[in-house]
Amino acid sequence: MSGESDRGGGPGGAVSGGPGGAGGWPLWEVFVRPRRGLSHSHVGSVHAPDAVLALRNARDVFTRRQEGVSIWVVPAAAITASSPDEKDAFFDPAADKVYRHPTFYEVPEGVAHL
Amino acid sequence: MYGNDFEQPGAATLLDEVEAAEQALRAAAERRVAAARAGGTGDTGGAEAELQEYFDAVVAADQKIEPRDWMPEAYRKTLVRQIAQHAHSEIIGMQPEGNWISRAPSLKRKAILLAKVQDEAGHGLYLYAAAETLGIDREELVGLLLTGRQKYSSIFNYPTLTWADVGAIGWLVDGAAIVNQVPLCRCSYGPYARAMIRICKEESFHQRQGYEILYTLAHGTPEQKAMAQDAVDRWWYPSLAMFGPPDTASTHSEQSMAWKIKRFSNDDLRQRFVDMCVPQAEVLGLSIPDPDLRWNDERGAYDYTQPDYDELFRVIRGDGPCNRQRMAHRRRADADGAWVREAAAAYAAKRSARPAEAAARPAEAAA
Repeated sequence: MSGESDRGGGPGGAVSGGPGGAGGWPLWEVFVRPRRGLSHSHVGSVHAPDAVLALRNARDVFTRRQEGVSIWVVPAAAITASSPDEKDAFFDPAADKVYRHPTFYEVPEGVAHL
Repeated sequence: MYGNDFEQPGAATLLDEVEAAEQALRAAAERRVAAARAGGTGDTGGAEAELQEYFDAVVAADQKIEPRDWMPEAYRKTLVRQIAQHAHSEIIGMQPEGNWISRAPSLKRKAILLAKVQDEAGHGLYLYAAAETLGIDREELVGLLLTGRQKYSSIFNYPTLTWADVGAIGWLVDGAAIVNQVPLCRCSYGPYARAMIRICKEESFHQRQGYEILYTLAHGTPEQKAMAQDAVDRWWYPSLAMFGPPDTASTHSEQSMAWKIKRFSNDDLRQRFVDMCVPQAEVLGLSIPDPDLRWNDERGAYDYTQPDYDELFRVIRGDGPCNRQRMAHRRRADADGAWVREAAAAYAAKRSARPAEAAARPAEAAA
């Protein structure tokens, strides 16, 4: 696991999104719920001095065409992401458990509602 | 909804392609590249070689490279340069059209133009955000633009002399941009591809509004039609030059194609644009200012006169009609906005200090 947000880095693995960016304006990740019944999805990021302005910037940047009914903004620096370097080992435990899928099981001929 | 929805030859197919790129993006995500990894080099290649191999396998499988994946340094640099230049173009691109917002011929046209220019700002922001996922700061990129160390598309160094230019920019400049950008929806770098899908969908409104302006003018008074023709005459060749130098002289193309950042050559895209525009111009009742433009049955495409590439390089070097004006305006806007950014940051700092005070006070009172 890594304590860094899900951003790429330069050679040194620098992660943007700290309070240093855009003249002291931190980076916020934006999540939009397109309509009722759907979950919020990540759509991009904005810079803003605080949460209220981050919401307003996100509205102007990502919902000019009624793309959403609800927006979340999250400080990019607050996101903890799994590390791509460890992704094989990290997700491996799920790889050999095909019996977790219903298709693993053979259903006898003629059995309904199963 | 404003205006009429013109059935414009070519537009539907381009939007379909954006849709297809979006589906391909989802489909690629479903496929696994595990096979490439299983068949790896073993221990002989070392870590770097193994990373390179995995990167190559992801690109070969038409999957997307994501921000925290390992990538060759040259790939990262190429993307930063290309995405930043693209973002700068969107931001500078607000100026030629912004010039006509206060003089739009009707409230309807004004509202549409405002929305369009606002979109350009939004596109710039999507693109800066995509570049930032590569580990560079927006502030730094803006600095590179303001100090002239990074470029923007040379097309925005041409002036908008009449209202018809707003139409010609929408039809030709945005049209050329779409032809350039639709293949970028399939770019191997995930954040760039996703930004391009979003941009292309919005861009098609831009192209249609321009076409509608020209159509209206071309079917108006003789003076209006002449104004529309004059705008097309002036914007045609600079629009052709937007596709960059001919393939024989293009410096970045080959590697970008191998990395699947770029999918088609400059000349292929330029040809495609010409073939799209000719029937569209016929519907407008305007002519394309090229006496040698004619259908070539053998090639199944139009023969056309190449733009003046010497002029293109001159404008890129800084000697276009409006280079100095565009940069001066951008620098002034940046300087004039500084106090707003500072005030917002100061307000945020004050606000974040306040809950601590408020929390402290009741505690004092209780004590």
